[in-house]
Amino acid sequence: MLDLIDLPSIQLILPELVLVVGALALLMVGAVRGDGATGVISGLAILLLVVAGVLIGLQPAGKASAFYGSFLVDGYARFLKLLALTGSAVAILMSIEFLSAVGKQKFEYPVLILLSTTGMLVLVSAADLIALYLGFELMSLALYVIAAIDRDNTRSSEAGLKYFVLGALSSGMLLYGCSLIYGFTGTVSFAGIAKAAQGGGIGLTFGLVFLFVGFCFKVSAVPFHMWTPDVYEGAPTPVTAFFSAAPKVAGIAVFVRASIMAFPAILTQWQQIVVFVSIASMVLGAFAAIGQTNIKRLMAYSSIGHMGYALIGLASGSPEGVRSVLVYMAIYVAMTLGTFAGIIAMRRPEGPVEKISDLAGLARTKPAMAFFLAMMMFSLAGVPPLAGFFAKLYVFFAAINAGLYTLAVIGVVTSVVGAYYYLLVVKTMYFDEPAPRFVPMRPELGLVLAVTGLFVILFCVYPGPLVDAAGAAAQSLF
Amino acid sequence: MASWPILSVTTFLPLVGALFIMLMRGEDEVVKRNARWVALWTTLITLAVSLVVLWRFDPSSAEFQFVEKKPWLAGTISYHMGVDGISLPFVILTTALMPICILASWRAIEMRVREYMIAFLVLETLMVGTFCSLDLVLFYLFFEGGLIPMFLIIGVWGGPRRVYASFKFFLYTLLGSVLMLLAIVAMYNEAGTTDILALMRHSFPLGLQKWAWLAFFASFAVKMPMWPVHTWLPDAHVEAPTAGSVILAAILLKMGGYGFLRFSLPMFPAASLDFAPLVFALSVIAIIYTSLVALVQEDMKKLIAYSSVAHMGFVTMGIFAATVQGIAGGIFQMVSHGIVSGALFLSVGVVYDRMHTREIAAYGGLVNRMPLYAAAFMVFTLANVGLPGTSGFIGEFLTLLGTFKVNNWVVTLATLGVILSAAYALWLYRKIIFGRLEKPSLAAIRDLGPREIAIMTPLVVLTILFGIYPKPVLDVSAASVTALIDNYHHALGAAGGTKAALLGF
Repeated sequence: MLDLIDLPSIQLILPELVLVVGALALLMVGAVRGDGATGVISGLAILLLVVAGVLIGLQPAGKASAFYGSFLVDGYARFLKLLALTGSAVAILMSIEFLSAVGKQKFEYPVLILLSTTGMLVLVSAADLIALYLGFELMSLALYVIAAIDRDNTRSSEAGLKYFVLGALSSGMLLYGCSLIYGFTGTVSFAGIAKAAQGGGIGLTFGLVFLFVGFCFKVSAVPFHMWTPDVYEGAPTPVTAFFSAAPKVAGIAVFVRASIMAFPAILTQWQQIVVFVSIASMVLGAFAAIGQTNIKRLMAYSSIGHMGYALIGLASGSPEGVRSVLVYMAIYVAMTLGTFAGIIAMRRPEGPVEKISDLAGLARTKPAMAFFLAMMMFSLAGVPPLAGFFAKLYVFFAAINAGLYTLAVIGVVTSVVGAYYYLLVVKTMYFDEPAPRFVPMRPELGLVLAVTGLFVILFCVYPGPLVDAAGAAAQSLF
Repeated sequence: MASWPILSVTTFLPLVGALFIMLMRGEDEVVKRNARWVALWTTLITLAVSLVVLWRFDPSSAEFQFVEKKPWLAGTISYHMGVDGISLPFVILTTALMPICILASWRAIEMRVREYMIAFLVLETLMVGTFCSLDLVLFYLFFEGGLIPMFLIIGVWGGPRRVYASFKFFLYTLLGSVLMLLAIVAMYNEAGTTDILALMRHSFPLGLQKWAWLAFFASFAVKMPMWPVHTWLPDAHVEAPTAGSVILAAILLKMGGYGFLRFSLPMFPAASLDFAPLVFALSVIAIIYTSLVALVQEDMKKLIAYSSVAHMGFVTMGIFAATVQGIAGGIFQMVSHGIVSGALFLSVGVVYDRMHTREIAAYGGLVNRMPLYAAAFMVFTLANVGLPGTSGFIGEFLTLLGTFKVNNWVVTLATLGVILSAAYALWLYRKIIFGRLEKPSLAAIRDLGPREIAIMTPLVVLTILFGIYPKPVLDVSAASVTALIDNYHHALGAAGGTKAALLGF
């Protein structure tokens, strides 16, 4: 047992190692060169994420585990890792403008994103409760700091503090859940828990509930969503863009993996919880968003709703359901990054604006931006032929297949309610009289918006690759 | 069959035109002019291609023709296109009305012309695709996708209450359709495919049939629209620009009827039989109630909108009578209504462009200054009434005939609607056209210009032609309708047989 240098294991965590070592090196660069080097560090951070992505792509197909089974690399992990890396890289790309403003340059920002992303990768691959908790905390601690990165701004500080306090609470609950599960099964590994949990039992169920509380908090599912609107609104917009994509992917990833791998025997019990959480999230996401005037708050409620839809797939508990979750998350990341590229570009000469009414008449002042944003809104609403429709379609396929009819009906009805507020945004852009022009859009934001926009529009032409990849990834969990 | 994918070309040609317009750059005026011409030529070429389809179509066969099939979504869901005698008339109706709509918007739309033309061309693609799809998911894609351009058309180029109308239109239709989506998913779960041909052969258990029938009904009844879910229609019609109203009345409404014919009857025959009384009741209420409502309207477009609801009542009645005459009449009535109601909205558009009001009270005595207009409007009004010799008569008569075999009380009540339609349509005509030209604002009103004559002439010709010689439309659909009825009775017979066997007969 003294083989401290476990080479096969090192090989498997090479992407994570690259990120960590790279992040530390960039930290050194920042410490020596100061905030002036933020631009360079951001570029290098993106490069590191790309390298990590390539390394993940080069990993051999099939399952492999490292560190005595606590770190698992399978098709599922690779799919979601690539998704999380994409989310993080695009988030850094979209922060360039924010980071180049005088007095706002902070070289720690890209480094923190790298560390947080490492946490996500660990989380996605976690196959026991210890690795799960490590990944969870590594991701979250960096996120708390990033939320408060604009420290001279009270709203940003408030967002960071709120996120930290509530996050610490949920981490505590998660840890309590872990200890209960360990106590009742005598093991921390998912496979071991699955074996020991055959009979179920009240203690295990308690542990499961606490564990799920932690997950729900991370993916901002009702009833643990309270932090979301405030943090989304308070944090600087590029940070919100980051929060809304990659951490959600990691959160959903671990939620699904833990439920499917560790608790297959008590599926009927956790299914009830997921169904409730899913319905509550969809309903709240749809109704609470109606009255919002701030587009970031709107997106916060929208993301709560979307997590509800993604969880429908988990609730069905089948390979088909997991596939639908993966498809949903991939499309969701594209939609949310595209939308935020548009929101970040809402900038007048006097500074950034974030009211929905500021978008008034955008179709006349900036037709291309308005067009792509409108497509994002229709896609978020789930109107065919856009990608968001297919995301919902697969989720409903899974739900009906599992016999969850009520869940499916509630899902489609709330999607109509949700359509109302997405339409309001389109209405503001297309039907209203123009508000003063925004400053020209930065090229990188335009690129993100155009690429994600084309993805959303053209997904229907050739949906095969993504769906097949998600299917193969989902299969590796079972 | 066809060596090149002619249906895909018909479907996506308008999209190519839209892309072309999207890429236009240059001065505002030039772009406007080019956008109009490109849109017109695109729709004309699409019409020509669709006429090739019609020409090469074999009306003696009930099979789907010009079939194209490519794998698309996860193996079981494919890109599957094809037309039969039921869908072809609607395809031609769509492609034929589009150039007319573009022409009708030539002068009426001065603001954001480029976007307008793009929206219309995209809408054409989605409408043609709806009628050509042979896969449920593909159908849903086109069917629902049409909401986006129509929402924008009403909302951007509409009247004063356009925002309210566009939201109502979008959300009403969406709510109906998402229930259909669930039914589609449930059917996939049961039959393992979303291929329409395979689903028509599949016999669904009665429980699923009923739920799925209701879900499809929710969608199509809203689209059709049937009483009591018709309230979005008057709002949408009144606020939409003229060409938008034409498309709504002439084509979008027909998607509901088409859906009943394509899905409800063949796939859920037992449920259709069970629910037929419900449809009859709603149809009769629609015919009588909305006709009465039309009588008291003060807005021309609203009056025509309510009359559309009444006329669609005949269609649903005929379809669910499930007799050859009833269904053939339903199809004919939809085609005829597409031409006539489209023409009526265009007629309203003609005077609206001049006076910018749709108040009936603002007009009177137009015959004195606009004899050509008065003549054209008369033809359409009489067709709307259902006078023999116009296309409106054939459809109404056939649906009444077809339903009479099934339920004569329903027919008796529905016939009242014919009388009421004469009352409101002739009243409208008298108020606007006859009388003395007393209003000073009308003193200088011009008669139809050359562009308007070009729009109206084909519609007048078709209205009268189909009234005297309905054979072309009826012949195209005859084989498919017969096959539909045969399969329907066969399925019912089989189901009845098993039921009887179970009961121990």
